[in-house]
Amino acid sequence: MAPHTIDVCAVLRSAVNQNYGNLLTRDTGMAVRHQIERELAAHREGGITSLDFSSIGLMDYSCADEVVAKLLVLLQNDDITRGGYVVFRGIGEDHLELVESVLTNHGLALVCLCEDGNPRLIGRVSEAERRAWEMVRVRGQAAPSELADEFGFGEDFVAGVLDELSRRRLVRRGINGFQALDVADTVQ
Amino acid sequence: MNVITVPPSLDDQTFEQVLEQLAPLPADARILIDARNTTWASPYGLTALLTLAQSRAEKPQFMPPERDDTSSYWSRARFFDYAGELFEIKGKVPARGPERESQTLLEVTPVSRSDDVHKVVERIKDKAAHILTHNLHLESRAVMGFAMALSEACQNIVEHAGRGGWVAVQNYNYRKRMGRHVVQIAVCDAGVGIRESLESGNRRPLTDRWDDGVALETAVIQGTSRFPDPGRGQGFKGIRGYLRKWKGKLAVRSGTARVAEVPQWDDDVVRRDHLAPMPGTQLFIMIPEALER
Repeated sequence: MAPHTIDVCAVLRSAVNQNYGNLLTRDTGMAVRHQIERELAAHREGGITSLDFSSIGLMDYSCADEVVAKLLVLLQNDDITRGGYVVFRGIGEDHLELVESVLTNHGLALVCLCEDGNPRLIGRVSEAERRAWEMVRVRGQAAPSELADEFGFGEDFVAGVLDELSRRRLVRRGINGFQALDVADTVQ
Repeated sequence: MNVITVPPSLDDQTFEQVLEQLAPLPADARILIDARNTTWASPYGLTALLTLAQSRAEKPQFMPPERDDTSSYWSRARFFDYAGELFEIKGKVPARGPERESQTLLEVTPVSRSDDVHKVVERIKDKAAHILTHNLHLESRAVMGFAMALSEACQNIVEHAGRGGWVAVQNYNYRKRMGRHVVQIAVCDAGVGIRESLESGNRRPLTDRWDDGVALETAVIQGTSRFPDPGRGQGFKGIRGYLRKWKGKLAVRSGTARVAEVPQWDDDVVRRDHLAPMPGTQLFIMIPEALER
């Protein structure tokens, strides 16, 4: 699967026809999200898309709500067999608090590739979800039966947690279990 | 002619004196706003004066400050650029003169569309970053929150007011209360106000008591917007969170009420009801210099 990256700043400049690199105002966020949705629709088929925020300057709640939260809600509500996995990258420490707040408000979470190169789960997740996600991330891929012992709960419980993570697009359901969103695939 | 006297020092608190004088008069009454003895005005004072003129059915008359330094400051702050259209000005208005370094972060600037919000933030972001970190001694991460607060405050006009308003931002030494540098953001409009905005979206809470004070608390404290979407109404929550972190103050006035998020350094009251009426919404943000460096 060819890696696919969407430069959010380039989308911003093209969607609202302005040269500022700031994600501000709800109108702007809506225009940016619509363009990202179109690009994602053209690159589905189970692939992972990297949304690159590294060239974004300032950000406000309204715009982050449109670009991040509403996009995730749309992906979660879409048919999971159509893919729609996204990894966020380039979200600086300055933006992180704001993005987390927006996610928490909607009960959402996302996978973010941090400046140190490691993927991180941000937003609202249960302790069980966080643990299961971390286990899958470390292994790259895992079936519920492989995690049950370490998890300390039965296989059914682990399967339920992984199902939920998959529904939330935080891990990918594969043939042999659940896969981490391999961020290396998204690097261009 | 009804003469409304502007107090010598015009800020968010003393502006109430202007409104109290106006309260008994009908909207179409002929009024003269007399600012001859005014020697200082905050961004709130300047933007609220324009808003007041907007709300009058009959174009008010206006007498500018007599002191040259005051009126030339008002001129540099671009107050007269807009006052000229809204008031019938009685007296001399100084020319704006060449641009010079001032403590004004953002002169009085009209806001009516999303694009105005972008321009406002873009225009002041570098200067604001310098002032927040050098004059107010805040950490650099305060800059992002400042831009967010300014943007969200201005968007309230675009999204809810139903007519244009004004924003102004200034850095000054707040000797009266603190003896510290502060940055003040004022965003004022004469639009529908918070109560009517919530009513228009059927977002009035199920309560017997419904007035401007309850509407303000519903919007500002509980984060309810006229839109049912769960992502809406978070702007005020974000502003309040930012100000709590940097020990700032927020006050929002709409109709006949005012609510405030009051930091320890201030002795304002958190809610006032039964104030003199004023159309629209007037928002005041103050961020103080950090004490410990």
